[in-house]
Amino acid sequence: MKVNYFQSEYEVLRDKDRCIDCGICITECANEVHLRDKKGKLLAIDSKCVNCHRCVATCPVNALKIVKNEYCFRENYSWSRHDITNIYRQAETGGVLLASMGTAKEYPIYWDKILINASQVTNPSIDPLREPMETRTFLGKKNNEIEFDNDGEIVINETPFIELATPIMFSAMSYGSISLNAHKALAMAAKDLDILYNCGEGGLHESLYPYGDHTIIQVASGRFGVHSGYLESGAAIEIKIGQGAKPGIGGHLTGAKINKEISKTRMIPEGFDAISPAPHHDIYSIEDLRQLVDVLKEATDYKKPIIVKVAAVHNISSIVSGIARSGADIIAIDGFRGGTGAAPLRIKDNVGIPIELALAACDQRLREEGIRDSVSLVVGGSIRHSADIIKAIALGADAVYIGTSALIALGCHMCRACSMGNCNWGIATQREELVERLNPELGRERLVNLISAWTVELKEMMGGMGINSIEALRGNRLMLRGIGLNEKELEVLGIKSAGE
Amino acid sequence: MKYIDAKDLHYKELNKLIRYEEDTHVTLTNVMGQRFIGCALEGKNIDITGIPGNALGACLNGGSIITVHNNCQDATGDTMDDGEIIVHGNSGDTAGYAMRGGKILIKESGGYRMGLHMKAYNERQPLMIVGNRVGSFCGEYLAGGTIIVLGYRENGNCPVGNFCGTGMYGGRIFLRSNELPKDLSPYIDASVATIEELESIREEVTSFCSLFDITNIDLDKDNFYILSQSKVNEYKKKYTTV
Repeated sequence: MKVNYFQSEYEVLRDKDRCIDCGICITECANEVHLRDKKGKLLAIDSKCVNCHRCVATCPVNALKIVKNEYCFRENYSWSRHDITNIYRQAETGGVLLASMGTAKEYPIYWDKILINASQVTNPSIDPLREPMETRTFLGKKNNEIEFDNDGEIVINETPFIELATPIMFSAMSYGSISLNAHKALAMAAKDLDILYNCGEGGLHESLYPYGDHTIIQVASGRFGVHSGYLESGAAIEIKIGQGAKPGIGGHLTGAKINKEISKTRMIPEGFDAISPAPHHDIYSIEDLRQLVDVLKEATDYKKPIIVKVAAVHNISSIVSGIARSGADIIAIDGFRGGTGAAPLRIKDNVGIPIELALAACDQRLREEGIRDSVSLVVGGSIRHSADIIKAIALGADAVYIGTSALIALGCHMCRACSMGNCNWGIATQREELVERLNPELGRERLVNLISAWTVELKEMMGGMGINSIEALRGNRLMLRGIGLNEKELEVLGIKSAGE
Repeated sequence: MKYIDAKDLHYKELNKLIRYEEDTHVTLTNVMGQRFIGCALEGKNIDITGIPGNALGACLNGGSIITVHNNCQDATGDTMDDGEIIVHGNSGDTAGYAMRGGKILIKESGGYRMGLHMKAYNERQPLMIVGNRVGSFCGEYLAGGTIIVLGYRENGNCPVGNFCGTGMYGGRIFLRSNELPKDLSPYIDASVATIEELESIREEVTSFCSLFDITNIDLDKDNFYILSQSKVNEYKKKYTTV
C-alpha cells in the first residue's frame, strides 16, 4: 500500500455554474494542474498547484479560486506543518531543501517600526508639484580635495560615477534565473527612467548591449560570460561577493536551464551545469579584493565605477569599512530578506541580518572613520515601496536596489516556485512558450509606471519634511523615529524613539 | 620592438605605456613585482625580464603572447579569454583562474589552486601545462579545458598536492605519474590515459618540451593518468524542492 505523506497545500475550486468549459486553464498551467478526464470533464490535481494564480487571472469567467487546504496536523506550537512536511521530504529524498524568493519567516521588519517626520509650523513643507524637487543621485567616490594647476585653475580629476534620475536601481538577476523577456523589460525601463538595471552574473545577452549605458554588469565567482567586450559594455561593474538570500554559498544553475541563448551568453556548453563557487578563489582578503578591483579598472582603463556587493552579515560594518579601502567606488549591501531564484532553505531562513540594521551600522562606521564620502552605499533586500526607500536613505543609503518589487510589477505572484523553471508568468523560466507570455514592451511600461509613481511619492514625503533634495535626506536620521523598538535596536539604528 | 625599462615605474604608469604603445612587440626589463601587466591586452606580444607581479595577463585577449623569463607571482592569467602566457620558471598560486581560452605554459612548478574553475566554450579550449609539479586544489571546480602536469623532476612520483580536481564537473587533468593522488574525490574518474587520449595532447606536450628544453618526457613509455568528472553527478541528487 502506498502512503502519501504530502497533502496538497492548496485547493483549486472550480465554480461549475460559471465554468464555460473553455479549457484555457489547461493551456495556461505549466504545472499541469488542470486536465480533462476520459469523458472530457475538467479536473484539477491540487497537489501540483503552486498557487501562482495564472489560471485564476486568465479564466475569462472568474470560475476559479485557489484556497489554502484546511487539512491540519494536530496543533503544536513547536512543530509547524512546514517543519513536519520538510522532514518527510528529506526522509524521502535525502536532499538539501531548496526554496525561492526571500525568506517567508516572521522576522521583525524594521522598516515597519520606523516612522517618518513631517514639517509643522516651524519649517514649511514643500509641494513637489509646484516647486523644484531633486531626486537626481550620483553614485561613486566623492573627491574631497580640490587640486589647482600652476595657473590657479581647478584640475578636473573626476572619478567615474553613475548618474540616476531617481535613487532606485533594478538589482542583479541573472539571465538564466529569469527570462530574456524579463531582462529586456528591465533594460528598456531602466533606459526610459534614466536609471540602471543589473544583468546579474550570467553575462549580457547580445541583444541587450545597446542598453549598456543603463546596465550594471556583474562579475561573480563563476566569471560566466566575462570577457573584455562584456566589461566594456556596461556603465559600471559589480563584483558579487555575496547575496542576502544565501550569504556564504555559491550558485548553481542546472544544465536543464542552459539553453542555446543562455549557453551563448554564459559562454558554457548547452545543457551544462553552471556552478558559481562559494568564494572568489582569488579573493581571500581585502588586499586580494583590491587586486580584483584593480584588474577590472585596468581592463576598462579606469573609466567604470566598481561596485562590490556583499550580503548583510554579522560584523558587516567592519567588512564594509575594509571594502571602502579596497578601491571600490560603490558598496552594495544585500539584506537577509532579499530574493533569490533558488537557495537552500535553511540558509535563506537563518543566515544574515536585516538590511535596516546593517545599513545603519555601516553608515555610522564609515562616518566615524571619516571615509563615508569615499564610497556610495546602495542597499537592497526587501525594499517594498517608496516609504522603505525614504527610510533607507535617511538611514544613510545613497540609493536602493529593488528585485522582487520589479518582478511583481512584471506579473510575479510570489508563489516562490522559481527554481522549478515552470513560471507561468514568463519570468523565472526558460521554456519558450512560457517566456513568450511576458511582453517586454508591456513589462517596460509597468516598470516605468511603478518607478515613476514611487518617485512622486518620494518627492511628496520629502516635501512634507521640508526637504527639496535627496542629498539633504541622506543620513538625516533626525527625520526618523522608532516605534516598538528596544533601546539597543534604537541605538544600532541611530534613531530616537517616537515621542522624543 | 619597443624596449621599456620598468625600474621604479608604478604599475599604472607601466601598464599605460604598454596599452598606448603602437608597436605590437614590447620588451620589458627590470620588472619588479608590478601588477596587472598585460591586463585585457589584445594582439600584442610582451617579453618580460624580471619578476612580474600578481594578475599578469588577467582578462587576456586573443593574439597576445606574454613571455616571462623568470618566475611569476599569483593569479597569472586570471579570467583570461585567449592568448598565451609562457613562464620560464615557477608560478605562484591560482594561475589560470576561470580562464576560458588560450594557453598557460609553466616550465617548473605552480602553487595552490592552479587552473581553478577553467571552462571551455566551443572553439575556446583552455590549456595549462606545468612542467614539474603543482600544489593543492589543482583544477578545483574544473568545468572545461585541459590541465597537464608533467612532473619532469619527480621521478614518477605524484606531481600534485592534496584535493586535486575536487568538485570538477568537466574538463580533463593529465598527470604524468606512476601513482594516483591518494585523496582523490569519489566523484572523479581516474584511469591510465589511452593511446587516443595521449594523442590528443601529443602536439602540445611535444612543443612544450622543445620550448623549455625538457628531454625526459616520453608519451609512449611514461605512465599518464587522466582525471575526469565521474559519471555520477554529485549535484544531481543534492536538492529537494520545498
